[in-house]
Amino acid sequence: MLNIVEISNLIVKYPDVKALDDVSFVVKEGDFLGIIGPNGAGKSTLFDCMLNLNTKYDGIIKFFDKDIRKSKDYLKEIGYVPQKPIFEKNFPVTVNDVVRMGLKDESNEEKIDDILQQLWIHELSERRIGELSGGQQQRVFIAKALVTNPKILILDEPVTGIDQQSIDLFYSILRELNSKQKITIIWSSHDLDAVNQLANHVACLNRTLFFHGESEKFFSDDKLVKQYSEASMQEHMHHH
Amino acid sequence: MSLEILSYSFMHRALISGIAIAILCSVVGLFLVLRRYSLFGDAIAHSSFGGIALGLLAGVYPLWTAYGVSIISALIITKIKDRYNISGDASIAVLLSSGIAVGLVIISLSGGFSIDIFSFLFGSILLVSVNDTVLILALTGAILIVILLMYRQLLYSTFNEEQAKVSGIPVEKINYLIIFMAGITVVTSIQLVGVLLISALFVIPNVTAIMYGRGFKQTAIISMSLSISSVVIGIIISYIFDITPAGTIVLISIGLLAGTMGIKSAGLLSKN
Repeated sequence: MLNIVEISNLIVKYPDVKALDDVSFVVKEGDFLGIIGPNGAGKSTLFDCMLNLNTKYDGIIKFFDKDIRKSKDYLKEIGYVPQKPIFEKNFPVTVNDVVRMGLKDESNEEKIDDILQQLWIHELSERRIGELSGGQQQRVFIAKALVTNPKILILDEPVTGIDQQSIDLFYSILRELNSKQKITIIWSSHDLDAVNQLANHVACLNRTLFFHGESEKFFSDDKLVKQYSEASMQEHMHHH
Repeated sequence: MSLEILSYSFMHRALISGIAIAILCSVVGLFLVLRRYSLFGDAIAHSSFGGIALGLLAGVYPLWTAYGVSIISALIITKIKDRYNISGDASIAVLLSSGIAVGLVIISLSGGFSIDIFSFLFGSILLVSVNDTVLILALTGAILIVILLMYRQLLYSTFNEEQAKVSGIPVEKINYLIIFMAGITVVTSIQLVGVLLISALFVIPNVTAIMYGRGFKQTAIISMSLSISSVVIGIIISYIFDITPAGTIVLISIGLLAGTMGIKSAGLLSKN
């Protein structure tokens, strides 16, 4: 199967710390990869490098077999949903406006309607984005990411600060996008249970890559899960 | 009386130029307000003061030197802000004070304040010439065309820079484009309200429109309508009562803002 992403020996150094140390892994077409790791593990740094937001790294990142330093065309194939999009609460844009920002040209009303319906935000389309709940906003950002027909969806801890009911709906939408529409998903999360239920591959990141492989392998190996949990807990305590 | 006013050709020019400037300031200003750059218009206007003084000293039409100085200094300060990571408000303060300082030094070198300087400080829309009107219309048309063509990129990079970058939008270039358009808009608008009140046209109609509008286009249309109303009513009232047009226009837009706040407080507008 086609390699969608290939990361080799990725190193990101900040003045006093290595944010990522020799990280290598591959994502294949149709994968649903859950990247887990404690706060400060380098998940967002990894995404920033993959999305060309941080270009100060050593190593090679390839999308569709092409080095992203040489071609930015791969960005057209990516739908990105950030952790918590920052915008002014009073910013005068409706759901419709936000979803259309993802488009190169104004087109295909039917497709936009379908996506809004699929994400249960059709009735909100004329509401201002700042009036919506966190869960509704997050679905709007997925809709925006989807209108360009991406091959890959990258989500950076997308359910932070969202209520449980919205999280469940959000996860069922992700599952459907991966299984029915065959969109490759790369998704970072704290939530081991959710990763266990949704992802078919897991990458455990704690500045270095602790594990990468099929999620069944990871979750069926108690020793591995325990080792990861202890490492995460230590990191968590260190942060506090 | 009111019909008689409309028969004067200087009033035609004032109203046509005023309406064009009102449209221009509200559209460009909306992007600045939403980027938390509300005072950038003010800073560019103050830097244009240096350009006006330079033009008067050199015997060149002062608005030409004002265009050059304002646009160049706005682009330089934006570059410095990005490079040295200076906050937006601090960079505005630097731009604002350096423009005035340069202007004051040049004016003192050239023998002190003149009537020309005052007309640029406080505006002189009733004195606008045919050539000025044509220039104002041409620049307004050009900037509106650029905004229409680049609408999605401008809105997206204003809404969320990071996401816009990931979508392949050249955010840095778009930021410079906005600063460039703001520079042209400010100097073009000096004839209407003068250096000192320019930011009112950028900010007040937009702050008011944001309270009414839902989507971006709707907000822009409301802002333009409020701005045009303030300018037209302001010019006519100022002529009838023989008071300054600049101050009158700004006071009317403040009145519209206060009225909107009142309506909102009474619960007649949604909280957002």
